[in-house]
Amino acid sequence: MAENKRILVCAGTGCASSGAHKLIDALKVELKKQGLEETVSIVGTGCQGFCEKGPTLVIEPEDILYTSVTPEDVAEIVATDIMKGERVERLLLVDQVTQKPVSTLSEIRFFAKQHRIVLKNCGVIDPQKIEEYTARDGYAGLQKVLKEMSPEEVLEEVKKSGLRGRGGAGFPTGLKWGFCRQTPSDKKYIICNADEGDPGAFMDRSVLEGDPHSVIEGMLIGAYAMGVDEGYVYCRAEYPLAIKHLEIAIRQAEEAGYLGNNILNSGFNFKLRVFAGAGAFVCGEETALMASIEGKRGMPRVRPPFPAVSGLWGKPTNINNVETWSNIPHILRNGAEWYAQFGTEKSKGTKIFALTGKVNNTGLVEVPMGTTLREIIFDIGDGIQNGKAFKAVQIGGPSGGCLPESMLDLEVDYDTLTKAGAMVGSGGLVIMDETTCMVDIARFFLNFSTKESCGKCTPCREGTKRMYEILDRITKGKGKAEDLDTLENLALTIKATSLCGLGQFAPSPILATLKYFRHEFEAHIFDHKCPAHACSALLSYTIDAEKCKGCGMCAKNCPATCITGEKKKPYVIKEEDCIKCGTCIEKCKFDAITRA
Amino acid sequence: MTNSINEIPNSKVMFVIGCNATEAHPIIGTKMMQALANGAKLIVADPRSIELAECSDLWMRLRPGTDIALINGIMNIILANGWEDRAFIEERTEDFEKLRENLQKYTPDVVSKITGVPVEQLEEAARIYATAESAQIFYTLGITEHVYGTDNVMSLANLALLTGNLGKECSGVNPLRGQNNVQGACDMGALPEVYPGYQKVANAEAQAKFEAAWGVPLDPTPGFMIPDMFEAAHSKDLRALYVLGEDPVMTDADANHVRKGLKALDFLVVQDIFLSETAKLADVVFPGASFAEKTGTFSNTERRVQMVNKAIEPIGNAKADWQILCELATAMGYPFEYQSPEEIMQEVAKLTPQYAGITHARLGTQGLQWPVPNAEHPGTKFLHEGNFNRGKGLFVAIDNQIPDELPDEMYPFLLSTGRKLSHYNVFTQHSEALETYAPEELAEVNPLDAKRLGFEEGERIKVTSRRGEVETKIRITPRVPLGLIYMTFHYTETPTNVLTNGAFDKVTKTYEYKVCGVQLSKLS
Amino acid sequence: MEWYNLTIDGCEVRVPKGTTVLEACRMNDIQIPTLCQDKELTPSGACRLCVVEIEGMRNLPPSCVTQVAQGMVVQTQNTKVRAARKVILELLVANHPLDCMTCQKMGNCSLAEYAYEYGATGEIYKGEKRDLPIDSGNPFILRDPNKCISCGKCIKACTEIQGRSILDFSFRGFDTQVGPAFNLPYNESDCVFCGSCVSVCPVGALTEKKMVGMGRSWEVSKVQTTCPFCGTGCNFDLNVKDGKVIGVTSNPDSPVNGKALCVKGRFGMDMIYSPTRLTTPLIRKDGVLVPAEWDEAIALVAAKFGQIKKESGPNAIAALSSAHCTNEENYLMQKFMRAVIGTNNVDHCART
Repeated sequence: MAENKRILVCAGTGCASSGAHKLIDALKVELKKQGLEETVSIVGTGCQGFCEKGPTLVIEPEDILYTSVTPEDVAEIVATDIMKGERVERLLLVDQVTQKPVSTLSEIRFFAKQHRIVLKNCGVIDPQKIEEYTARDGYAGLQKVLKEMSPEEVLEEVKKSGLRGRGGAGFPTGLKWGFCRQTPSDKKYIICNADEGDPGAFMDRSVLEGDPHSVIEGMLIGAYAMGVDEGYVYCRAEYPLAIKHLEIAIRQAEEAGYLGNNILNSGFNFKLRVFAGAGAFVCGEETALMASIEGKRGMPRVRPPFPAVSGLWGKPTNINNVETWSNIPHILRNGAEWYAQFGTEKSKGTKIFALTGKVNNTGLVEVPMGTTLREIIFDIGDGIQNGKAFKAVQIGGPSGGCLPESMLDLEVDYDTLTKAGAMVGSGGLVIMDETTCMVDIARFFLNFSTKESCGKCTPCREGTKRMYEILDRITKGKGKAEDLDTLENLALTIKATSLCGLGQFAPSPILATLKYFRHEFEAHIFDHKCPAHACSALLSYTIDAEKCKGCGMCAKNCPATCITGEKKKPYVIKEEDCIKCGTCIEKCKFDAITRA
Repeated sequence: MTNSINEIPNSKVMFVIGCNATEAHPIIGTKMMQALANGAKLIVADPRSIELAECSDLWMRLRPGTDIALINGIMNIILANGWEDRAFIEERTEDFEKLRENLQKYTPDVVSKITGVPVEQLEEAARIYATAESAQIFYTLGITEHVYGTDNVMSLANLALLTGNLGKECSGVNPLRGQNNVQGACDMGALPEVYPGYQKVANAEAQAKFEAAWGVPLDPTPGFMIPDMFEAAHSKDLRALYVLGEDPVMTDADANHVRKGLKALDFLVVQDIFLSETAKLADVVFPGASFAEKTGTFSNTERRVQMVNKAIEPIGNAKADWQILCELATAMGYPFEYQSPEEIMQEVAKLTPQYAGITHARLGTQGLQWPVPNAEHPGTKFLHEGNFNRGKGLFVAIDNQIPDELPDEMYPFLLSTGRKLSHYNVFTQHSEALETYAPEELAEVNPLDAKRLGFEEGERIKVTSRRGEVETKIRITPRVPLGLIYMTFHYTETPTNVLTNGAFDKVTKTYEYKVCGVQLSKLS
Repeated sequence: MEWYNLTIDGCEVRVPKGTTVLEACRMNDIQIPTLCQDKELTPSGACRLCVVEIEGMRNLPPSCVTQVAQGMVVQTQNTKVRAARKVILELLVANHPLDCMTCQKMGNCSLAEYAYEYGATGEIYKGEKRDLPIDSGNPFILRDPNKCISCGKCIKACTEIQGRSILDFSFRGFDTQVGPAFNLPYNESDCVFCGSCVSVCPVGALTEKKMVGMGRSWEVSKVQTTCPFCGTGCNFDLNVKDGKVIGVTSNPDSPVNGKALCVKGRFGMDMIYSPTRLTTPLIRKDGVLVPAEWDEAIALVAAKFGQIKKESGPNAIAALSSAHCTNEENYLMQKFMRAVIGTNNVDHCART
């Protein structure tokens, strides 16, 4: 029964932090105890994508997914599933629509509706073993390129595939490669931008952790096409597992002859090294990233000259992000036409989104371009948590925007999102429900941009701070009538005059929310109300004397001791001392306290 | 300088020897830093780990006074590798064979032993300098202030000629002249053997020209050079000395000897803006005007003649030096009837071929680099393009020599002297701001020496030579090698030149400020 | 040379290829405000005050780093451009101390000049302001980080002119500061006090300490002259008020040094008024130097030289001329010795 089974335990950063390594240890002990250590193998994989329910594990060959598994569950899993072939029902995922447990990956809507190209190996192979990558056609793209194709042909193939940069702006990759290739120089560089910094986005980390060779292979192909012999992966130091896996992969690739001199006897040389960045958001901007590698403060510089002309150390340089690079081997292995069948007319292939917020299934989602937001949120994401109503989806991180329900049928690609006031960005999707205040959300993202502004150009350095201050006072009920005009004018000026993308798109969360949720701003300013009841300064708490049983739990727990009363008689909240923390509501067993 | 200061940022290779530009010529230092930022290579030869050494591609810590051996060694390596510029040698030089022959004994091993510089560094220096597309040599008093300073300079000239690094943009031999107008004072003939424009007093034609211009008979015999003057004072051959804006008691070597010489004079006149140590010995002191209080011109190290414009009236009863000279000459029966410095410059231009095209009006805000042979000439950016003053460049075979006084058992430390960034000679102590910033001498002593002698950082110690003793505070730093103490001569409280050796170069009579033996001891 | 035709504010202009839009404007007397631009420094495009509108370009590009192109149509003064510049100025003023009446830079402050032109008061974006300690621990430079507008020119001057990189940005966003590493005061850093940073600061963040309170820019006349210290021959402007030198400022047109100076040239000119200056002739009487009139002193020297010449011949007299004095004075000195005294005994410290 147990023959040839494999247990794939997610050991990505998400699951590792919720105890995946203890789970692996427990599994090893249990298998040994049962004498199964020879027949059943355990694989610590990269991210399986279902971070919300971690640690997760998949049992092959049946592809049974167990979620939120703890070491205590191990004995039962081994006894029931591995040995008897039966399911441990309580660890299966419950479909939120049918409310029934589902066992196999193909039945789970989170996986069923995805189309995994980049994530093909993530969660399936052991990222620390090159042979697992090569066993699944790894480095086949590189072999084909080096044996059968000229650099020009490779470039043509990438152009034909329609791949666009996955870092956010969506610039056609083949075209960008072409610029770098055209610039004559004795030395050129390519860089993999792994300085993933958007709050909530972690697809690049997951790819590096779970399938590092795909990035290396992509860069090798790119280097060949552009005539480059040296590359860097600029990865933020906050991703230690990604850096570790990448370094192991580089070493293994060197040993296997995929990196170094005279690769696969083709005469082509390529050296790759990892550079750990200190985690500044702005270092995701390519000129700041290069300054950082050069040992300078990570600050963007004006373009032109573009990196393709004068980049790292003044040499022509091509920069693509992790997801872009890891698309490349698939395109070269399967052909541009195969790749171009996915996606929309102008945005080809798939895109990974990091689905987070008030949605049932959070995690990494790879779908063809053109999939609607509704499919992503309600089918793959399985709808809104706790049966609440959907309010908005924030797309593209701090540079993106919030879209309302009316935009849910938008087919997601670079152009439609930009037109709607958001952007694909790195692919963060934050789902908000009716309890989210849109002013507060804009304030949250502005706070991020304010803190991460590099300080070089005036509009971003000074302007984001002032936008934040205005939003902050609106959420505190101190907004002024003219604030919305001031805010809009400031936002548009910052957008039009900032030096780099960070500044130019920092106002996006404000402009999009002003566009779709202006009424919420107005309610804060003119009515001193937060329609979502989220802005604490604008709330008032009252105890319904009819419902109050006089138990005193509210008064006992109130940190501001502003609730008074006698036992068995209705209690009263002294409004001026209330700090609007909401503890009393949580503690009241009789629903006697209301917030408005 | 054969080249211009603003060529420096475009340098490909800079060979800096005996020259602490970032402190003594800070703006030239910044231009060198700019060159480095533009990718230039820098070779530094200096016993001290000066700032440029720290930024260099190659730093050779040679023993003080072994420059000739170093240069000969580098040339030996250049020839051994065939890196010399054969076409240049053929077309533009003479006596190459004599040089080649003499260089044979300066093998890398021999030179390494003399200079203390490892063979690999000598080879690297030769490679970088000789194979460069263009290369400039910069030197200052570290080269000239030796008893064989002239030979040091000629060695550098040999090196430049050998590789053809001369007479081109960013290629040349560039002494950085020390004082603001030391170039101009030479140009103007404030030298005992030449009239303005380096026209020799012994040359009959020149004599006739100046006799005609000045209307008096002139003496064709060269006069005293500075060290001769003090000797002559001692022997009473010299009875009166007129000192304009200098302070030899502080700045000339073996200061006690200088002081005695001045005291032996019958009559000493000092004209200065401060009551200098020398002025304190004078019979008459004339108060001069500072640069802010007068008009005139200075000629800088790149031969650029520039305007000094009067900004304020002289302080108190002070007068511009040119006015004082006019009054004195007139009082002695030879009226100097100049109405303005501009008028003086008109006379200079008439008599000095290099300045022929110069007028104050033409200098304007940008100045002109001499030679300016006529009123239309735009000035000369670099010298020796196509040919040298004497026609062909002459190689001179030069052998290594040793300083007049080396450390010995009695005086075991080598004293080397120079400037520091925050002060200029004996001038800037009169600036309150600079004086607060750098109020006292901080002699540099190597940490191991300090440890051996039990010196603490900032301690005041006694430094003694055969000629005198001074007290100084010390700074313990590995900038100086073992056995070497470095001092400046900026402070009246620590008159370093009491210690230095009055021996001088046979040609230029420049004192050997860079090497003498001293003893260090604790006070009390 | 290739030339491009473009239209700026409706006027056809012709400029060489490689010119920036800002340069093209300035060649044609069109005023564009700038805070971070300086011809001696590489452009950074940081202050964004020089933005213009260019047909076909999204956003408002900064003219200082945008190169001209054939047929380009540029608007430098339309409502949109001026409104954007006003917002930027409002932002800067909102975070700037408004103590202009005691600020040393008054009358010479670029921010004040543009704020005046654009009517920026800082009121509209009133909010948090910096409150950082002033760095006054050295005798030369006063650094008030609260007045800093982060234009970055001092950083570039330190790096590109001086080759030292003592200054850089620290912290991020609104908290961005400029200063030496680890936020040390100047005198604890490796700063050599060349003052290049002061020479490029467009506001009152970096000022010459000794000049504080000594004079307003409109009261000061500037006299270009040559430095009296080393042989480099730097030029600078002596700042003169009421017949008194109150300090030194860079003259960007100086042929050798541009704006760069060293600590001595920029900050050492207070020596002019040193109490140790000689202000009257002195004659030794009874072994002591005592003040005398000029006539007496000149007559005495003339008589004494005459007497010695007569008794011992002209070669018993010698002169040390001066490498600090002017060419004209050195010429006169050697002429005096040769033609008046009759000797070639004239030398100076030519070789030291």
